[in-house]
Parts: sequence; structure tokens; C-alpha cells
Amino acid sequence: MKFLIRLFVFSAVLALVTPGRSVQASAITVDLSDPIVKITAGFSGTDLLIFGVAPGDGDVVVVVRGPIREEVVRKKEQVMGVWVNRRQMVLENVPSLYMMASNRDLDEFLPGGIAYTHQIGVENIRMKPTKEYAHVKDWETFRHALIRNKENQGLYKWKSGNLVFQGNRLFRTKIHFPANLTVGTFGIDTYLIEKGEMVAFETTLLNVRKFGIEAEVYNFAHRHSFAYGVLAILVAGLAGWMANAAFRKA
Amino acid sequence: MQIYLPIAEMSVNIFLILGLGGGVGFLSGLFGVGGGFLMTPLLFFIGIPSPVAVATEANQIVASSISGVLAHFRRGNVDVKMGIVLLIGGVLGSSFGVWLFTVLKNLGQIDLVIKLSYVVFLTIIGSLMLVESVRAMQKRKKAVKSKAHYHNWLHGLPFKMRFRKSRLYISALLPIAIGFFVGLLAAIMGVGGGFVMVPAMIYLLGMPTSVVVGTSLLQIIFVTANVTILQAVNNQTVDVVLALILMIGGVIGAQFGARFGSRMQGEHLRGLLAVIVLGVCAKLSYDLIAVPADLYSLGGSVGH
Repeated sequence: MKFLIRLFVFSAVLALVTPGRSVQASAITVDLSDPIVKITAGFSGTDLLIFGVAPGDGDVVVVVRGPIREEVVRKKEQVMGVWVNRRQMVLENVPSLYMMASNRDLDEFLPGGIAYTHQIGVENIRMKPTKEYAHVKDWETFRHALIRNKENQGLYKWKSGNLVFQGNRLFRTKIHFPANLTVGTFGIDTYLIEKGEMVAFETTLLNVRKFGIEAEVYNFAHRHSFAYGVLAILVAGLAGWMANAAFRKA
Repeated sequence: MQIYLPIAEMSVNIFLILGLGGGVGFLSGLFGVGGGFLMTPLLFFIGIPSPVAVATEANQIVASSISGVLAHFRRGNVDVKMGIVLLIGGVLGSSFGVWLFTVLKNLGQIDLVIKLSYVVFLTIIGSLMLVESVRAMQKRKKAVKSKAHYHNWLHGLPFKMRFRKSRLYISALLPIAIGFFVGLLAAIMGVGGGFVMVPAMIYLLGMPTSVVVGTSLLQIIFVTANVTILQAVNNQTVDVVLALILMIGGVIGAQFGARFGSRMQGEHLRGLLAVIVLGVCAKLSYDLIAVPADLYSLGGSVGH
């Protein structure tokens, strides 16, 4: 049902677009196939469709950013034949997720200055060591390692060409969210670049939340952790007793 | 069918977890062991974060020990007084263990400590079992009758207590110390610790073998319950959804295992278990020694 409503909005937007160059060149319209990603008991990742209309004849970049956090990166070294975590670094201003989509290669149309200012592209994310680690000289290797690890976990992606125009300046891109998502408010920024200038910019919010039993178990475990522990034991006790009773009959 | 684990925060195949629970349950029914020392490493292998695996497995052991101890109670094979004295040590040891666990987790070393502990204990136990079962197979006919227990300096310690059921008059410090050590293992490794406690009760305390298993199970219930609560409070790493699936698989598997086991010879069973234990140990050792795919790893986010 929800999807049908979205589809309706989608086609309505499509109908509004006038062919050729629009007078309001700076307005971008963006919408999502679903404004909420629900992590439920059966959740194993999901696809989100981001679509909209970009007037003019510029290029479009979409960046999805998860909540900003501090992240610990550790480095293993060999100690007596065993690989041990020996060095640590804490980086701040790290988005938990970073996904980028564009209609063609960024270096074909996006000036470095704009990419830097708007943190477009993983290398432009302004992550840096926390005060405690500010003196570490080779912190950049930890930054690269963080990006590499996030990429392997499917949380950072920056492939180009995965955004397509479909006549009348209607664009769409599909972003895959893996199951290891963190909850929070995600920002979806859409940039319209024309002749080396940013002519329009639009931010859409996406809510990632745990729903139903998943949310209840998680919240209970974190808010009333003692009661949660007691309950876990009661469940185990009951299961053990029932197993014994069943076994005796058999 | 995929299921999302709320505490581990990952999606797993429910049949894989049921199968693991059933398989380890089968082995524990077959060999008469707890199975925690096999289940926890298997959970690592399928990608469950080690702090979650250890804490959740403690929760599952509560269930399997309760169902086991009820059977032993019915046969009168539990020395409750000895169980309580062991438990005093066990609660102290496991509480210290969870504290140590939390410190090591914050230092980023818990993974290493858990895996090294497994390598050390699985090597010792696997080798001992293998040697013993091979020897038993070689000279099955020669039954050597040994003394019930030997007297040594351990029996000169103060605070002597009488344990009627076990027909012992020994220092309470001894079972407290054993309980403490086993409690520590339970907290760090996510095991019941029967594989250490049972030999210690037989060889160090000199308890009659008939009451050893029931009494150790009684102690294990309360020690793993203590670990479950402390892990839940300190680290929020007990995943009840995962534990429940493991319990269901484990219960079913254990029934089949026990029936199958009565048809096999003791030394063959022990030899087979030794091979499985050494196999798991070899995999863990390899993972510690082999050059990691990436020397860098993410240690999670801070302060959220």
C-alpha cells in the first residue's frame, strides 16, 4: 500500500516536470521508497530506492551518511608468533555508513573544491584523531584501514555510474543497506552539479530503527540490564526443566 | 530463514544455529560432557562476536545443567554440601572473571585472551583424552584397581569439613579454590568448566565418581547464572534470542546423543571426542598464528 502511494507521488512529480530548461533551475526534488528502514526479526539487509527530479542538464551525486561517531581502529602485530592488537587509534567524525551514487565518474564533472567542502567521496570525509591521539604521526594509515574495513563490511560504497537518468531529468538509484546497520537518523544529500558549479542541493532524512520484538529485547537489555539477566536465567531454567520433564516421559 | 539477533546485531540463518545447537547437544549427550567448550568456538567460527558468544553460551549452559542435575538428583547422586562450598569459590571466581573480562574488552585484548585460553585448555584436555583412550583400548583386559585417593599436603590444610555424601573429611579451602578457578574459566571462556572440575574432584578431592557429575552440575548452574547476570549488567552481551535457539537445538540433540552413546564403547567415544576437541583447537591456533587478512580491525564505536 505504502509503495503504491510512493509510486503515485513519484509519477505526480514526473508529471510536473516541464521539458527542457526549467526556470527554477536550482530546485531538486528527492524522495525515498521508504522513509524508515525497520530492523525487524527477519531483517537481513534491505534495498532503498532514492529517486527525484534534477532540472537543467547537470550531473547528480547522492551521498547517504549514517550517524557520526567516534570509531576505534586497532592494529595487530606479531608477538611470539601470535597476532596481537598492539596499537590503537580513535578517529572522530566517522559516519557509521557512507554510500555514494552518481551518474558518471566524479572526476569528470566535480571540482575538487566542491567535493572537499561537502565531503563528497570517502577521502574527503573529515575524520581525524581525537585529542588523545592527535600526536600520532601515521594516523592516516589508520584512516585508510578504517575505510577499507568499512568497505569490506559493506558499509562504505562509492561506485559511480549507479545512478541513472530516465528521460525528463528523472533520476533514480538503488542503495543496498546490509544487515549490520546501526540505528539512528541518516542524512541523504543530493547535489546537482552543472558546469563545475553546485546549482542545487537537497537533504532528505532517513530513519533507521529497530522494530517489534528486536527493539524491545535490545532496549530491555540496555535499560534494565539486571532484570534482563534475571529473565535470561528464568528462560533457561524453564527450558531446562521442560527438557528434563519431556526426557523422563520418553 | 534469516533471523536478526538483537544483541549480536547481526542476521544469521536460524537453521544453522539450530543445527549447531543440535550437533553439540548430540555430542554432549553422547559423551556426557557439557558442550560449552565446543559451542563457544563454533559460535566464533560463524562470526558471532566473541563477547556475545561467551556470555550467551553461559546462559545456555544454565538450561542444560538444570535438565542434567534434575536427573542426578532423582538418583541421589548430588552432594549438596560439597556443591555449596564449591559454589562459594565459584561465585567469587566468576565475579572476578567478569570484571577481568570487562577490563580486557576495553583494552581490546579480550578476543586474544579467550582464544588463547581455548587453545591451552583444548590442547591439554584433547591430548590427555586421546592418550587415555588409546591406552584403554590397548589394555582393556588388565583392570588396575587403584586406591580411592592419595593423602598429601593438600589434606593438611585448615578449616576441615565433613562431607557425608562424598565420605570425605577435608579442608573447605580446597573445594573453594577449585570452584574459584572453574568460575574464572566460566566467565572468560563461556563454559561450565566440568572438564576441569570433574578431574579435580576425583583426583584432588578424592570424591567418589558416582557423585562427581551431579555435584559439578549443581555448581555449574549457579556459576553460569552468576556469569549471565554479571555479563548482562556489565557488557550487555547476553543474546536471549540466540540462547533460546541454541537451547532448543541442544535439548533435541542431547536426547539422540544419549541413546546413541549407550551403544558405543567408552574408550572409542573418548577417542572420538579427543579428535573433535583437537580439531577445534587446531582451527583456533591457526587463526591466531596465520597472517590476518587485514592487520587493522575496527574496535567498535565509542561513547554512543
